[in-house]
Amino acid sequence: MAGNEPSARPRSPHMQVYKWGPHMAVSILHRVSGDGLAIVGAGMFLWWLGALAAGPDAYAAFVACVWHDPSPEISALHQVTNILGKVVLIGLTWAFFQHLFSGLRHFVLDTGAGYELKTNKLWSTLVMVGAVLATAATWLYIFKEALNG
Amino acid sequence: MGNGTHLGKVRGLGSSGHGSQHWLQQRLTALGNLLLVGFLFVSFLRLPMTDHGAVLRWASNPSVALALILMVVSVFWHLRLGLTVLIEDYVNGEATRLLALVLLNFYAIGGAAYGIFAIVRIALAPATGLAPGGM
Repeated sequence: MAGNEPSARPRSPHMQVYKWGPHMAVSILHRVSGDGLAIVGAGMFLWWLGALAAGPDAYAAFVACVWHDPSPEISALHQVTNILGKVVLIGLTWAFFQHLFSGLRHFVLDTGAGYELKTNKLWSTLVMVGAVLATAATWLYIFKEALNG
Repeated sequence: MGNGTHLGKVRGLGSSGHGSQHWLQQRLTALGNLLLVGFLFVSFLRLPMTDHGAVLRWASNPSVALALILMVVSVFWHLRLGLTVLIEDYVNGEATRLLALVLLNFYAIGGAAYGIFAIVRIALAPATGLAPGGM
């Protein structure tokens, strides 16, 4: 097909010409969150799983790096990674909810429903708002549990 | 491949050359992920995650171990499909693209094998004290 079709067809305008809308944002966020989960998320999961299988010492080292180093004198490296770990985990939580809600939206779109401009815009917005709210709720719960011991 | 008309050349193939298989597998594994990663997410919230013994007891339960293995298969299958599209869209040049796809397959298949092996070790490890180390 490529190369021998009539060449006078209209071409898609370049990215900057489009006015950004929620449906475009939710589309690229689906890819961003999915690829983030695929590389960072799956990597973290395997790291955690490997540490769990390797025994108590390896697991304690994993926790001390990613979450909280319980030793009285925390190394500068762990001070940084303890914060970085939480930032990455919060990011992964958002990516999880964004990709989950956006994926559910795609299941609905697959049935042929929800393509009307207003409906499409509404559900795209709800996906993005829902992902942020669900992430906030999750981490409020986690920090509340952590404070209560 | 059809008889040379525009329609005949593309029918059943799509831009990637293998039709709706990719699309369907993506949906099937998405459904698997919905259930299995949902289970993992809720478990993470309910478990005392910093307590090795407690998490290990949870993971070595046969039903949980089975769910985790299924989850690894579903997730790594799904991410392989997703990253394939990413590479096909953004990596230009025949050779570079092929290399990227090879690396992706190493990551997806190797990662899944590592994960499944770790779960099997946890599930089949003899009770306390004899657990093997060094992974």
